[in-house]
Amino acid sequence: MSAPSGDEVQDLRLVNLVKSFGDFTAVDELTLTIPAGSFFALLGPSGCGKTTTLRMVAGLEAPTSGQIMLGSTDITDEKPYRRHVNTVFQSYALFPHLDIFENVAFGLRRRGIKDVAGPVNQMLELVELGPMARRKPAQLSGGQQQRVAVARALINQPGVLLLDEPLGALDLKLRRQMQIELKRIQTEVGTTFVHVTHDQEEAMTMADTVAVMNKGRIEQMGPPVEIYDLPKTAFVANFLGQSNGVVGAVQGRSGDDLIVGGPGGSYNVPAARSTRQEGEILLGVRPEKLSIATGGSTSSVPDRHNRATGKVTDASFTGVSTQYLVMTTWGDEWTVFEQNRSVDLLHPGDEVVIHWAPEHTFGLDVPAGQ
Amino acid sequence: MPALAPVAGGAKVSVGAGVQRRARTAYLLLLPGIAWLGLFFVVPLVSLFFTSLQSPTGTPGVYQPGFEAANYLTAISDYWPQFVKSFIYSGIATVLALVIAYPLAYFIAFKAGKWRALLLVLVVAPFFASFLLRTYAWRTILADEGFITSTLNALHLLPEGRILNTPIAVITGLSYNFLPFMILPLYAALERIDPRLIEAAGDLYASPFTGFRKVVWPLSLPGVVAGTLLTFIPASGDYINATLLGSPQDRMVGNAIQINFLQFRDYPVASALSFILMAIIPALVFVYIRRAGTEDLV
Amino acid sequence: MKWLRKNLIAIIGILVLVYLFVPIAVVAILSFNEPAGKFNVAWNQFSLEAWQNLCGVPGVCQSFLTSIEIGVLATLAGTILGTMIAFALVRYRFRGRSTTNLLIFLPMATPEVVLGSSLLALFLNLAFPLGFWTVTIAHIMFIISFVVVTVKARLQGMDPRLEEAARDLYADPQATFRYVTFPLVLPGILGAALLGFSLSFDDYIISAFNAGTLVTFPIFIWGAAQRGIPVQVNALATLVFVLSLLVVLGAQFTNHRRRRKLESAV
Repeated sequence: MSAPSGDEVQDLRLVNLVKSFGDFTAVDELTLTIPAGSFFALLGPSGCGKTTTLRMVAGLEAPTSGQIMLGSTDITDEKPYRRHVNTVFQSYALFPHLDIFENVAFGLRRRGIKDVAGPVNQMLELVELGPMARRKPAQLSGGQQQRVAVARALINQPGVLLLDEPLGALDLKLRRQMQIELKRIQTEVGTTFVHVTHDQEEAMTMADTVAVMNKGRIEQMGPPVEIYDLPKTAFVANFLGQSNGVVGAVQGRSGDDLIVGGPGGSYNVPAARSTRQEGEILLGVRPEKLSIATGGSTSSVPDRHNRATGKVTDASFTGVSTQYLVMTTWGDEWTVFEQNRSVDLLHPGDEVVIHWAPEHTFGLDVPAGQ
Repeated sequence: MPALAPVAGGAKVSVGAGVQRRARTAYLLLLPGIAWLGLFFVVPLVSLFFTSLQSPTGTPGVYQPGFEAANYLTAISDYWPQFVKSFIYSGIATVLALVIAYPLAYFIAFKAGKWRALLLVLVVAPFFASFLLRTYAWRTILADEGFITSTLNALHLLPEGRILNTPIAVITGLSYNFLPFMILPLYAALERIDPRLIEAAGDLYASPFTGFRKVVWPLSLPGVVAGTLLTFIPASGDYINATLLGSPQDRMVGNAIQINFLQFRDYPVASALSFILMAIIPALVFVYIRRAGTEDLV
Repeated sequence: MKWLRKNLIAIIGILVLVYLFVPIAVVAILSFNEPAGKFNVAWNQFSLEAWQNLCGVPGVCQSFLTSIEIGVLATLAGTILGTMIAFALVRYRFRGRSTTNLLIFLPMATPEVVLGSSLLALFLNLAFPLGFWTVTIAHIMFIISFVVVTVKARLQGMDPRLEEAARDLYADPQATFRYVTFPLVLPGILGAALLGFSLSFDDYIISAFNAGTLVTFPIFIWGAAQRGIPVQVNALATLVFVLSLLVVLGAQFTNHRRRRKLESAV
């Protein structure tokens, strides 16, 4: 057994990783480097291969082909109990017959460490569960069980800590609390966290790097702000937050902008924010980047702004903002978030002009079938 | 906006040596237990079959290998009344057990609340008292001068004037002794029913009885089938109740097998009897399950 | 009237429960009887004689001990063999699974006379001497099936992630089994063993076919039934009943207390 020691923090590299179950390819030629010490989120819908990827890193699933490297060591074929990687399982998988102390001490004892009391108590302090040491898992609340699961894995000072939907079983309020808590723990211990989730908000809140997975592949990867602001595929644009889109064709250039002709007029998009420079492209814009002007105020719309006209079909007041659905003249339904700075609400049937700055626009390849 | 990402193939599944090793471990785990069952369950049945075809040698209790199909004819012609009685007694006992067990199982599943676990223990508890003694205790309960017999006699309800040493006593004993086998599967089936279904039935204008007939009963059918089989099979082969509670006229096929094996030492006929019983039960079970599968049973 | 309608099911249920215990109460009450004749079937006079002198009748305690010996041996062997099969069935994929399942199910669906007589046919054909070992062999055979069914249910109910968590936490397959799998399945195995023992201890039919001249406790009772069952038998049976009930209720109670503690903790 390679004795795990906490001092060396190593990059985790996945090289051409493939996992097939019969005809179904769960993970497809995945190549990925997760830098040491980062908080990395694998985000995607269920069945996208994110959990399979995690289980392969943990050693609980054998890759069909490809390589998993921790630092300079190839751990692809290493048994799970020999690799320097630990997991926080979905719904925790705490040992029901052992108390909290013994749950946390489990990994240390299996590695033949005699004096476990010190590290275990220290770890229980870190997750603020010192007084619970002699309770059984079933006597703890969901949030407390979650922290035991983290402590039980972290005490082994793994090269990488894997978290499989760790907050999925908690209610909304507790989930928010634990997101902050996990982030704090990660900053404190400096271990690489690889976090699998289908909750985009959770991924963006905690991770410094988010990888959006779909059909066994990574669609896009980067800091949350970056991929939110400039999605590179239609899937990412929709999975990570909401987007409005319109298909058009590039007609020319104006300075750094592409001019795209589509239904309802022509639109400007910075060439640097588009994945294509010619032909058909899909223009997208986030709902909160849109402004609404009505009959009298249309003259105040800046000239450089892209605009679209339509009719309000629904207005939902949510407190901080109002969400409008607007039917465009060409028959698409767009979503607009307006901050509630004034109390004048629009009503279904109102004729409006939607407008937004070109630099908030992004251009994407038109997905097949659209 | 639907997503894109065409899926590239090229990956193949490898069935490694690991799978084979795991299968080998499985066989190693199975071997001792399965060998035991093979040696002391399957082989004896085969042996029983060959014994049922043996022919006499002239010396009592000693037989030689043969193909004496006549043993089966003897078994049927001499003992058909016992077969008939066995299936009638155990059939009535099974229905009785179902009627007695259902309310208790229903009560534990839906009404017992925190007492559920305790009540289940109490249902199994009779297992801890000797089968023979609790059967024998019915001699006291059903005694001729006893409370039950004299009450029923006062009402002129007993054709023979007594219960003990009549088929009624045998059936009573049979239905009592296998009750836990009826209650537990019924409970298991009822417990799976969401109580809200009953409320829903009530909400949808079903009277309690209609609600039961249209909702609870159909959903509990798997438990009814399992329970009746688990009661009927051991009851039809039993000879303890018939011996302890019945008269010599109430003997069942179990008695016939026991007497031929252990007293007359007519092993071939005894084996033939066992084999016929073995064959009739699956046939009855098959017919029963087929009917239970349709609405005929309801 | 309304109250009666509302609680009808509860009343019938409790009556049935009482009905289950009537014969057992008779057995217990008659253990304090001094029978008038040789048959202990009607109440005559209170006496503690049987309880003070449990072994006062020749053969009674001998047969009781024989049954315990056979019960312990058969339970031990049957539980080990059955648990192994249960593990194989739940944890491995192999050819012959359904045949194995059928082989486990069949002994439970076969009438005891057939099981007993077929084994006797085998032993007779092999000229194998009947006695302690033939009875033990027979008991192991029927205990296996019950153990497989019970342990299998327990194993299937276990969260597979617990074993994965152990492997993830540096436990090799042996350590995973020893520190996680086995402790978690143990209550199921103990339950199966308890069931196995009570089946073996109480078995008459299969034993009677294969005992030869050996006398187990049920065989003793059967023999005595013809000429009057000694009061000691009632006392011993009552003792066994009360002891087993206490064991099971005790286990139930600790379970219940644990759950209560749990509820108050959350």
